[in-house]
Amino acid sequence: MSFEQLLQYALSGITNGSIYAIVAIGFNIIYNTTGIINFAQGEFLMLGGMTAISLSSFMPLPLAILAAVVITSFAGALIDFLFIRRLKSPSVLGMVIVTVGLSIVIREIALHIWDEKVRSLPYFTGNEISSINIMGAFISPQVLWVIGVSSVIVVFLGVFFKFTLTGRSMRACASNITAARLCGINARNMVTISFMLSAGIGALAGCVVSPITQTQYDCGTSLAIKGFTVAILGGLGNSTGAVVGGIVIGLLEAFSISVLPLAYKDAVAIAILLIILFVRPSGLLGKKEAAGLKEF
Amino acid sequence: MSLKKIFIVMMCACLIPAAFSCKKQSGETIKIGAIFSVTGPASFLGSPEAKTAKMMIDEINGKGGVNGKELKLIVKDSAGSPEKAISFAKQLIEEDKVFAIIGPSTSGESMKIKSICEEGKTILISCAAAEVIVNPVASYVFKSPQNDRFAAQKIYEVMKKMGITRIGVVSSNDGFGLAGKGQLEKLAPASGITILISEVYDKKATDLTGVLTKLKAKNVQAVVNWSIVPAQSIVAKNMKQLNMKVPLFQSHGFGNIKYVKEAGEAAEGIIFPAGRLLIADSLPDNHPQKALLMKYKNDYESKYGEDASTFGGHAYDSLLILVEAIKKAGADADKEKVRDAIEDLKGLAGTGGIFNFSATDHNGLDINAFEMLTVKGGKFVKYE
Amino acid sequence: MAMKKYSPVLALVICVIILQAIASLAGREYYLTQLTMSAYYCLVILGLTVLMGYTGQISLGHAAFFAMGGYTTAVMTTRNLIEMQGSAAVDLAVRLGLTVTEKNAYGVEILHLSPWVSLVTAVCLTAAVAFFIGIPILKLKGHYLAMATLGFGIIIYRIVLGSRIFGEADGISDIPQFALAGGLAVSGDPALRVQNYYIAAVLVVAGVVLLMNLVDSRVGRALRSIHGSEEAANAMGVNVARYKLLVFVLSAVFACIAGVFLTHFNGGVGPSEADVMKSVSYLAIVAVGGMANLWGALVMGILLNYLSLRGYFGSYDEFVFGSILIVIMLFFPNGLLKMENFRWLSDAAARVINSYRARGGEGKDGLS
Repeated sequence: MSFEQLLQYALSGITNGSIYAIVAIGFNIIYNTTGIINFAQGEFLMLGGMTAISLSSFMPLPLAILAAVVITSFAGALIDFLFIRRLKSPSVLGMVIVTVGLSIVIREIALHIWDEKVRSLPYFTGNEISSINIMGAFISPQVLWVIGVSSVIVVFLGVFFKFTLTGRSMRACASNITAARLCGINARNMVTISFMLSAGIGALAGCVVSPITQTQYDCGTSLAIKGFTVAILGGLGNSTGAVVGGIVIGLLEAFSISVLPLAYKDAVAIAILLIILFVRPSGLLGKKEAAGLKEF
Repeated sequence: MSLKKIFIVMMCACLIPAAFSCKKQSGETIKIGAIFSVTGPASFLGSPEAKTAKMMIDEINGKGGVNGKELKLIVKDSAGSPEKAISFAKQLIEEDKVFAIIGPSTSGESMKIKSICEEGKTILISCAAAEVIVNPVASYVFKSPQNDRFAAQKIYEVMKKMGITRIGVVSSNDGFGLAGKGQLEKLAPASGITILISEVYDKKATDLTGVLTKLKAKNVQAVVNWSIVPAQSIVAKNMKQLNMKVPLFQSHGFGNIKYVKEAGEAAEGIIFPAGRLLIADSLPDNHPQKALLMKYKNDYESKYGEDASTFGGHAYDSLLILVEAIKKAGADADKEKVRDAIEDLKGLAGTGGIFNFSATDHNGLDINAFEMLTVKGGKFVKYE
Repeated sequence: MAMKKYSPVLALVICVIILQAIASLAGREYYLTQLTMSAYYCLVILGLTVLMGYTGQISLGHAAFFAMGGYTTAVMTTRNLIEMQGSAAVDLAVRLGLTVTEKNAYGVEILHLSPWVSLVTAVCLTAAVAFFIGIPILKLKGHYLAMATLGFGIIIYRIVLGSRIFGEADGISDIPQFALAGGLAVSGDPALRVQNYYIAAVLVVAGVVLLMNLVDSRVGRALRSIHGSEEAANAMGVNVARYKLLVFVLSAVFACIAGVFLTHFNGGVGPSEADVMKSVSYLAIVAVGGMANLWGALVMGILLNYLSLRGYFGSYDEFVFGSILIVIMLFFPNGLLKMENFRWLSDAAARVINSYRARGGEGKDGLS
């Protein structure tokens, strides 16, 4: 295998990996405050992408994306108000079932609002055929956008959770919700904020990846499964872990293509995840004790 | 004990439809069943098919029906699941006693209900392309889309002219991609073509630079992408992004202008075989298909506000074949006579080509049904 | 005591017979086709109910076990051995009576393995896979367990979809009938509809009786203690890991048997049987039935599958199952079929039963 080819596989892996990572980060935000895995996370991406595409027909692209992010955040808040708050006895089983149900319902509603056709946003820079030459390997400028946006989100979240009052309150809710309440934190509002944040980030991700992956009413599920895989691989709740996990899965998939038929690509990624779950359930970067505490 | 009581009530509830659906059918309607995957993974096929069928039935009934009888269409959404298609086929045949079934959209489903329709002596006109549906011939089973074999032959003919001998094949992991890949592999040796590498990608694929790198490394002279799913636009884009200069050939599954729009500038220069629906505007006026194609295209686009695709055209052809055969067989013909009438149809112009059925050919289209097209300025034009 | 315990089973049997009688008398036997299919899906759901409801272990991958059953028998019984006749292995199989010779729809003579062989193989294979995958998977909890079972389901789906031997996206068609003993056969032939309905019903009744006994036994009590608190159960000397594994394997075998029979009944199997959405719809039905409620799962399983298979939900099929999950979890976390939700219905039920009794005479009085 030549160097160019190797580099090309690596770039392909990083492309996919950064898409997975950006989805995984959305999972982590909600998980961090509520301990819920939101199986409907992929649908936020789809909603964001679809809304932005619809809006971009009559407003400039940056404005359409901003509006899509805001609208999807409100959809996230709505989901919390309508469903999550109403759960009488929130168990893990119950949460999994409700969010799986939500994901299906959102998808079907999207099918009837829009239709079954595939759409996409225009490339942010350049167009379908522009590519950048990096030492003999080629990459679409949009990939740089994806990587750039994921890095910005990771940094932003790091700052947000470490230095702002809201962010710290959210972390407090995650580590011990009763203690957080005793300190005067409104835990319910923190959950709402986390849903808004996660939906907004999902929508932004949905817009950034749309030119590469194309957006269709049912594109959320497969992205969510990959994102979930990555989130667990990196250690649930760990944003840096999500990026590392995403790149690892992306690279593994890309290099598995070079030896195995493409048809088994997904099976490879998930088999790796299963092995990791069996051996080290806390993930690559997760702390063992933390995972122990979070088990329900 | 309460549960038992509830249990009985529930079971009775299942039978309520039985008790109340005793309406007698008037003899003045012809019932036609349709199984399309309107939702689910093959919705991009089923949705235009269902829309087309509904539009056509309305139009025929508006003109007074067939042989003075009104047509009644019963559309079932199989969501691409064979088990549902099986259930619906049995339901349509035994319960609704339909005259014929149009669809299903995918070859997997069509193969599952082939024997059910054969045993139930109900005409099935499939909208799926795979050749196994009509080969071996089952007396009641027909299909309207063109054979994959002819599409592959057309592609190889063009390759020969261009002097291409070493190619790479990528296809989608659905029935359409599977069947096409098989035909390409089968016909390659006779056409002097070597397939250096053949890869299958997922219909939900998001980025295919990895697999295209594999093709690029093999130094192929051309890439054939055999697929019907939206992800095929990604192949075109990724090839340009990878700076691959070789020509890209697509299958007749590319026959939707939507896919060209998705691929944008990357679609320029793609060569593919397709029915003439896509270039209806530029056909000479005396072409036998011209009037029909223009009418379908204009009707569909004005009614639904979206571009007509060859997929919807398959449903159009299926219904057209059935209606023509019913007309030919006469007012009081039974299923068997209509079946015979289909086999006697010759020179019937449809959206997919000119149909010439016979007892051994239940597709009726030959290689001339295909025209080689290419994309120029975001539009389909004839390839020369 | 035993009478009281088995009286719901008796009611079920009577329901089965009444349904068939009504359908046949009304000349609408075709309703039995979808009832038969629903019954097989119910078998999966019953197994899953014990796993999820009684043991509290979520599984988002049960469609995989169903598909393993269906595909195993499909692959084994569609391979035509007639060209391989003469080889020692095939001859031995023929001599042992493990093969069936028949003509297919196109008049070609076919020699294939007996479905009995494939049934046994499928059950052994599924049990082995469930056993070996179950050991590590069942150590996980909560989201990790959900993800691991989901992952397992996806892997099986991918393998089925990507392998030529399984027909890739087209699945496998033209699967021969499954001749049981005494002229009974599992097949989609309209002439055999009534007997197929009873074959499915017998399987479901047998499954219910088996699971009822399991739930009421020492094992069942252990399972419920696991659901309550694994640590407490462990401390009380319950071998938690062993019981969880037992139920996991059992529910997998239920799904596998359902897969084998439904595949022969349908005459074909496709990758949609292994789809994640299928697993989710099983989950939805278990939730509607009330989680730890065999009867609820049975009723809802028959009802929802029947409606879905007859296309009553139209293009909103998945939407219906999705909404069910949400509504049930939000408003009826203990399932729909709880007395307090259905006081009015039980009154109605009582009236219906009374009218049945009035018609049915003395014979059924032992029921209550």
